[in-house]
Amino acid sequence: MKEEMNADKKDNLSEEGKANGQGEGMPRRTVLKALAGLPVAGILGFEILRKHKYDVNKRSSVVKELGLDEIDFPMPDYGTKKSSGELIRLGFIGFGTRAGQLSSALGFKHPDDVKSRQQNNTLAEWLQQEYLNVAVTGICDVFDLHAEKGLSTAANEIRPGGQDAPKLPVKRYRTYREMLDDKDIDAVIIATPDHHHARMATEAARAGKHVYCEKSPALHLDELNELYSTIKNSSIVYQLGHQITQSIVFQQAKEIIKKNILGKITLIETTTNRNTAEGAWIRHLDANGNPKPGDEKSIDWNQWLGTAPYVPFSIDRFYSWTKWFDYDHGMIGQLFTHEYDAVNQLLHIGIPKSVSSSGGIYHWKDNRDMPDSLHCVFEYPQHELTLLYSGNLASSRGRGRVFMGHDASMELGNNAIITADRNSTRYADAIKSGLIDPGSPMISFNPDAGQIDAVTSASEKYYASRGLTTTTINGRRVDVTHLHLREWLNCIRNGGTPGANIEMAFQEGITCIMAHKSYLEKRTVEWDEANRKII
Amino acid sequence: MNQYKNYTKLQLIFLVLLRFLVGWHILYEGIAKVLNPQWTSAGFLSESQWILSGFADWVTSNSGVLAAVDFLNTWGLIAIGLSLLLGLFARTAAIAGATLVFVYYLNSPPLIGIEYTLPVEGNNLIVNKTLIEAVALCVLALFPTSKIFGFDAFWSGRNKKKQGGEII
Repeated sequence: MKEEMNADKKDNLSEEGKANGQGEGMPRRTVLKALAGLPVAGILGFEILRKHKYDVNKRSSVVKELGLDEIDFPMPDYGTKKSSGELIRLGFIGFGTRAGQLSSALGFKHPDDVKSRQQNNTLAEWLQQEYLNVAVTGICDVFDLHAEKGLSTAANEIRPGGQDAPKLPVKRYRTYREMLDDKDIDAVIIATPDHHHARMATEAARAGKHVYCEKSPALHLDELNELYSTIKNSSIVYQLGHQITQSIVFQQAKEIIKKNILGKITLIETTTNRNTAEGAWIRHLDANGNPKPGDEKSIDWNQWLGTAPYVPFSIDRFYSWTKWFDYDHGMIGQLFTHEYDAVNQLLHIGIPKSVSSSGGIYHWKDNRDMPDSLHCVFEYPQHELTLLYSGNLASSRGRGRVFMGHDASMELGNNAIITADRNSTRYADAIKSGLIDPGSPMISFNPDAGQIDAVTSASEKYYASRGLTTTTINGRRVDVTHLHLREWLNCIRNGGTPGANIEMAFQEGITCIMAHKSYLEKRTVEWDEANRKII
Repeated sequence: MNQYKNYTKLQLIFLVLLRFLVGWHILYEGIAKVLNPQWTSAGFLSESQWILSGFADWVTSNSGVLAAVDFLNTWGLIAIGLSLLLGLFARTAAIAGATLVFVYYLNSPPLIGIEYTLPVEGNNLIVNKTLIEAVALCVLALFPTSKIFGFDAFWSGRNKKKQGGEII
């Protein structure tokens, strides 16, 4: 410090010194030595310019080679405009874990969640979520505990939109029909076990309520057909709960497909890789291995069963319903639906010509119907491609979601990574000249920017496989479920058709029913397009 | 200033070389971040483990704080790197640099039992190149050369003259 003070004092003198080329009569040699850093800095500057030029050239050559120089990415209008139109009053049918996430995405959190967010400093981020101009005014759940959780969530005043958000009373409905009969509910969110979905959505449409329904759309062909025709003949907005395509990466992947960067795609591989009891839907026990709360007094069991065959009350069935085919299609309904939607949103492949499924219960040998190892092959001769689904609940080795084309493949996760094929026809010259290296990603999309990041480092791969729960828009982390609900609400207010609309839901429903039927009947099932029947 | 007298020519050459190399490295780290508009420390911080992971979480979960950290980090690196290269306030820069680089080390030390998803260059056990660079900066602070090979010479020129002119 002392030296520095001295240095400051002599500031003027040394300025003179520099100007004269001699510091205060400093010998020329001393001055030259003092300036020794300058040429080194000069060399560094020169090298930086050279490298920068090289990088820019290489990037633009690759981008040009791929025809990506003219891509326009839609710049999302997220957070730029105020919510317009009238307040939409929502009712929740079913208020379990998923409903908690949905209500958070709508701007409503349970006081306990607010507290824990406060503790880990993430509350502010959530409060920045766009205000959607909605109020949750109805809760319907057959379980008192869940219904009460829903009521206090909907009534919580700490939320995006702050003081401006209206504070409407929240009502509990004993049955979903009671809710559908209430003219004070504009739209419903269905987050029940799957066996209720089609019936509730159909009745809601008849009652003139807009519907946001979690997957699966329907478990049986007749109810799917009825759902489809009812929605088609109504003026309500139907959105199926596939939020992952809201990720900005999907918009970018869409451009890749449109520009035919991958060449002809003949194979798409989708997977599920889990290895936990929770992931295998053993959910009726708490952390200590004791049964979770709930009994026949607090749960309206008959209403929970609905149209499913009667069985005596079981806490296992109540929490871990996915394990039984009476309530859903197992991995096909819970996980493949997301995969199918991702692929169908990108390629519009629709209903397959044939499906062949196989698998078994190899690891989780409890009382379940659903296989823990399941593999389905969907053939699309009309599009000259095969869609594979391979799900496993006893190994978490990541296998990703890969689109395989003749010229390149795309691994689509939280990031889109495109790697040229070493035997590609289109890129043969670029590979030969060294411009494109088939051994490493050719381009990848950074979800943080609407910009193409060509020739990326290997580390990109490590980030890519992470969970698709949030995306980044204009530098902000945003929940994709929030975006999906927002799209639905925008369509309700301004007209238009959301991404996961009834056509997509119908195609998905048929595809899943075919896959499930194939597993049960241990045979290949086909779609009869002319008669619109599964054979 | 007296310690300059004790450096042999070779010692001085290698001390200056070390200063140039470390300065070059740090300066380019800073400039590379300026040249990449998408760069953010969020990736590095989200990997943070051991004693600073709580701090890193706090930074990454507050976009304002993250932006401030990114700015200070980038321009701090550039200032430190440039100071070392040119030999301008080189001792202060070396101390600041040692502190900053040591903070990087504390965010991701190669300790037994701590594993990272990102691949690292080479094999490290407790000691890695980041730690070595931090210590090298301490050495540079203790064995200054900027008053001969650096702009700091201009500040001390008069002193030296009084003390008997040039040293080497």
